[in-house]
Amino acid sequence: MYSVNYHRANSVADAVKLLKTGDAKLLSGGMTLIPAMKTRLAAPSDLVDVSRIAALKGVKVSGKTVTIGAATTHYEVSTDAKLQKACPALAELASMIGDPAVRHRGTIGGSIANNDPAADYPAAMVALGATIVTNKREIAADKFFKGLFETVLKEGEIVTAVTFTAPAKAAYQKFRNPASRYAIVGVFVAKGKANGKDDVRVAVTGAGDDGVFRAKTIEVALAKSFDPAAVAGAKVSADGLMTDIHASADYRANLIGVMAKRAVAAANG
Amino acid sequence: MSDISLTVNGRQVRATVEDRTLLVHFLREHQGLTGTHVGCDTSQCGACVVHVDGKAMKSCSMLAAQVSGSTIVTIEGIANGADLHPVQAAFKEHHGLQCGFCTPGMIMSATDMIARHPEGLDEATVRVELEGNICRCTGYHNIVKAILAASQAMSKASKPKAKKAA
Amino acid sequence: MGMEGIGARVTRKEDKRFITGAGRYVDDMVVPGMKHAVFVRSPHAHAQIKKIDVKQAQAMPGVVAVLTGKELKADGIGNLICGWMIHSKDGSPMKMGAWSPLAFDRVRYVGDAVAIVIADTKGEARDAAEAVEVTYKELKAVVDAVKALEKGAPQLHPEADNNLIFDWEIGDAKATDAAIKAAHHVTRMKIVNNRLVPNAMEPRAALGHYDRGEDHYTCWTTSQNPHVARLVMSAFYNVAPENKLRVIAPDVGGGFGSKIFIYPEEVVCLWASKKAGVPVKWVADRTESFLTDAHGRDHHSTVEMAFDKNNRITGLKVDTVANLGAYMSLFSSSVPTYLYATLLSGQYNIPAIHANVRTVYTNTAPVDAYRGAGRPEATYLLERTMETAARELGVSPAELRRSNFITQFPHQTPVIMCYDAGDYGASLDAAMKAADYAGFAKRRDKARKAGKLRGIGMSCYIEACGIAPSAAVGSLGAGVGLWESAEVRVNAVGTIEVLTGSHSHGQGHETTFAQLVAGRFGVPIDSVSIVHGDTDKVQMGMGTYGSRSGAVGMSAIVKALDKVEAKAKKIAAHLLEADEGDIVIENGALKVAGTDKNVPWFQMALAAYTAHNLPSGMEAGLKETSFYDPTNFTFPAGCYICELEVDPETGLTEIIQFVAADDFGNIINPMIVEGQVHGGIAQGVGQAMLEGAFYDASGQLLTASYMDYTMPRADDLPSFKVSTSNTPCPGNPLGIKGCGEAGAIGSPPAVINALTDALGIADFTMPASPSRVWAAAQKH
Repeated sequence: MYSVNYHRANSVADAVKLLKTGDAKLLSGGMTLIPAMKTRLAAPSDLVDVSRIAALKGVKVSGKTVTIGAATTHYEVSTDAKLQKACPALAELASMIGDPAVRHRGTIGGSIANNDPAADYPAAMVALGATIVTNKREIAADKFFKGLFETVLKEGEIVTAVTFTAPAKAAYQKFRNPASRYAIVGVFVAKGKANGKDDVRVAVTGAGDDGVFRAKTIEVALAKSFDPAAVAGAKVSADGLMTDIHASADYRANLIGVMAKRAVAAANG
Repeated sequence: MSDISLTVNGRQVRATVEDRTLLVHFLREHQGLTGTHVGCDTSQCGACVVHVDGKAMKSCSMLAAQVSGSTIVTIEGIANGADLHPVQAAFKEHHGLQCGFCTPGMIMSATDMIARHPEGLDEATVRVELEGNICRCTGYHNIVKAILAASQAMSKASKPKAKKAA
Repeated sequence: MGMEGIGARVTRKEDKRFITGAGRYVDDMVVPGMKHAVFVRSPHAHAQIKKIDVKQAQAMPGVVAVLTGKELKADGIGNLICGWMIHSKDGSPMKMGAWSPLAFDRVRYVGDAVAIVIADTKGEARDAAEAVEVTYKELKAVVDAVKALEKGAPQLHPEADNNLIFDWEIGDAKATDAAIKAAHHVTRMKIVNNRLVPNAMEPRAALGHYDRGEDHYTCWTTSQNPHVARLVMSAFYNVAPENKLRVIAPDVGGGFGSKIFIYPEEVVCLWASKKAGVPVKWVADRTESFLTDAHGRDHHSTVEMAFDKNNRITGLKVDTVANLGAYMSLFSSSVPTYLYATLLSGQYNIPAIHANVRTVYTNTAPVDAYRGAGRPEATYLLERTMETAARELGVSPAELRRSNFITQFPHQTPVIMCYDAGDYGASLDAAMKAADYAGFAKRRDKARKAGKLRGIGMSCYIEACGIAPSAAVGSLGAGVGLWESAEVRVNAVGTIEVLTGSHSHGQGHETTFAQLVAGRFGVPIDSVSIVHGDTDKVQMGMGTYGSRSGAVGMSAIVKALDKVEAKAKKIAAHLLEADEGDIVIENGALKVAGTDKNVPWFQMALAAYTAHNLPSGMEAGLKETSFYDPTNFTFPAGCYICELEVDPETGLTEIIQFVAADDFGNIINPMIVEGQVHGGIAQGVGQAMLEGAFYDASGQLLTASYMDYTMPRADDLPSFKVSTSNTPCPGNPLGIKGCGEAGAIGSPPAVINALTDALGIADFTMPASPSRVWAAAQKH
């Protein structure tokens, strides 16, 4: 790791101020950033640690509305009793991220701000139609994620929370890269309401050349019939999917269908 | 440089460290606690697992400065004097180690795992929960056995009326 | 015998330090004034070095020295060597290309070291390493051994035309060709044995310390054989004469072969320690290990197996191309020759065998011994071929094997080896029973109803261990003898130290070797200490690899114990005024047989050192040594069965059960033997299902971290069903065969035989990762 200056922020305002130092970066759980700095792929001059800001921590459920503070760890999300009731699919997703030691440290805000194309949370945010709350504005998840490791976050902008309406049904299915255990394909399926009508959203992580995306053909099929069998007829194109030593685009296209089918079955219980 | 203050294995420690100092290097090089190991660069092997404020974490992926104010327990700190921790004892009893390099991280992960599963563990759960700890020697067979045995021994020991396991 | 002697499941003495964090590995060592080293490595697979500019790096904060290959050469440090001479079939010696510990004119693989940077901290050394400016002229690279032999391929070494190191053969070509010509049926296959990275969990490390006052060097290193390291660094690399060089291999975190070899880093750290005037420590990071640890396997073969009309094998013809990487590592030449082709008879009576092996340079990491070393390649080739033959002939795989088993011993194969003992049918029966082989069809049908494809496969392996008779290996080209040494020191109070040339890096020698002594003299196991891994303490040794520490290392201890016992009995007889021949040793005392007259062990020992009352002419003290040279290889064998299930939708393959039935000869500690088998199976299953080192065409290693190289994790594996049925080895005093490599040798073909059975396909190239299995299932 190159030399770096560490700052611990006591509040969001404090963090905003500290972020103006040099080429500063926010540090939350650090489960991606610190390894990247160790290999010298990331080289911020300063780190602003927001992981201990109390206002950024915790899960709140009020009626159907779920709000999760950005510095809430994967472990806290996976074990939160209120969330397990309101949206068990998201709690379960959190329990599949990394390994126990990583889950104790990594945070939801860090994960979505980093937008790793193989991370799990982006799929959930998009499928749940979540809103990403920052210190400056509220951003729809559909608009938040931009390509690989890119988001619409501006300089000095800090994710403070995510919020969404709990769907009637949802589930996440993940097919792991055998080596890294990140998603080769992760599919989050949610059946909720939009404008008073049923709204099915299917978001895919791990597979797209441009990061998380919605599988529209599957959404259309599931809107007609929210049944695993409906997925079979929905063709998933390999265009725009990644190919690497662990999975070809064709294989990923197949897995999207299989994972979507299994997610629907799980969502239907 | 950062001035840090933390508790390591029950002892209050103060130090001035380079900000880029990883917790694992602080423990190994500043504190001489060389039981915590580094086996990879990508936070996957788990040889570096310690407990931070009661939870298993990978000390190779944290800065020492991040844990200022925290309480750290390492492999050197889990035995009760000369009495081995039940997980340590189970690893020996069931031959859950060979070269010993991954062992400290395995034991620290196992104690955390057992604590998070007061209802008890089964083989499938132990295997899934060991995802973040890589061993090249044992094929995991005896590690799994040791953790299951320790989990049972500890749940017996924690029941107030049950007799202490021999 | 007793509770702590031979055959007892004694828990390990060494565990105490490992489970409490008190193990001492090289990276734990601190020497006053010690500095940290980082190597500057080639980012290119093949390039000329035009210029190395170290000025800027030398001026960086904390930097002590930046040293390059030119300075190393100027100081007379020698090139790295391969210590086993192989001659091509035309009689010409193998073509050993120059391998400088620091490259100065040309780099030949990504990771080739070109400079060492020494600084106060590792961070500063790395900062400065980035500032070393190396100007390269890139050359075309070749990574595939078969392509490297083609006309027009990039050439690596001027010594080796067409990158060919040697073209070697074994067996009778004429007789084999005739057998194939006359055959009733011939099974033909192309077999690839995938390249692996050993991945001991402790990365390699070296700490070199030159003591100016004594003009003496000490090297702490992650070695399986510190004495060989000292010998080679003295005799060939000109680091220092042996009496001026101490090599210590303290606790070592796994080896699996990869820590046998002397690598550039320990040589450079020692040399740099004198040059820079500071102790120099280098510890590899994981990616550095992936790039520069010697890899394993990487064979491309064709095979023809001939059968008569009774399904008896009549001949076997093999042609193999083995990739040795960019340079010849220390024992690289022996692996695809004498450790491979000599095992091609397997457990079978094969009257004619011929194998041709070509070894090749490529722009990849050097390839050398990795757990099993040659024997897994032979077993995979043979057992995949047997399985395919059974399917082609329409007979049961078990019965085809059984009807071809060797049943009379000793058995001379057509490829050098003379098998001394075994009962292959017993292992096959035991494995089939443990796996409920007979009930498989029902389980398969049930799985099919659940949408899963289930398959079963077996593998009957043999290996040659206990390497090896010195004169025999010498005649085959080995540069060293493969005996082992032991020294047994009985202290004045009766406690015992055993100094051994074997090295334990997970095998549990501190326990099993002590069991041997405790059982022999009836003394508590805690009164026996095992000393190893330090050339200043143990005079000489050949180290631990090739499952040799039991069969050879412990045999040496037995021989030394024989001498101790003889002298102890003489002393006791003198003290008890009895006849030497009447003395027996029982429960820690030397007794006159049939009487209650005895002298406790510790009193006898004290008498040896007080020397007040010894038999006339006897020297004081009680310390004996032995150099044991085996008379033959040993031949562990067994049968492994794998049952697995494929999810055809995703290609995800789950091992349902894995059964191992081994014949290891006599066993000292069953607990430790089982542990060795478990670990071996995990590595074999890893090779079959998970692991593979892949380079792209330009020579970049695509699998250079745990993000891309699939290490077996706990949830990839089941618990294993292991058992042994043992025929004692007649060749050594303990009847031991060795158990360290069997798991890695026997398991890959069992897995792939099961997978091809499940998918109903003829062949599959390892590893069986989900995407590859899915692709194979699509084609079917």
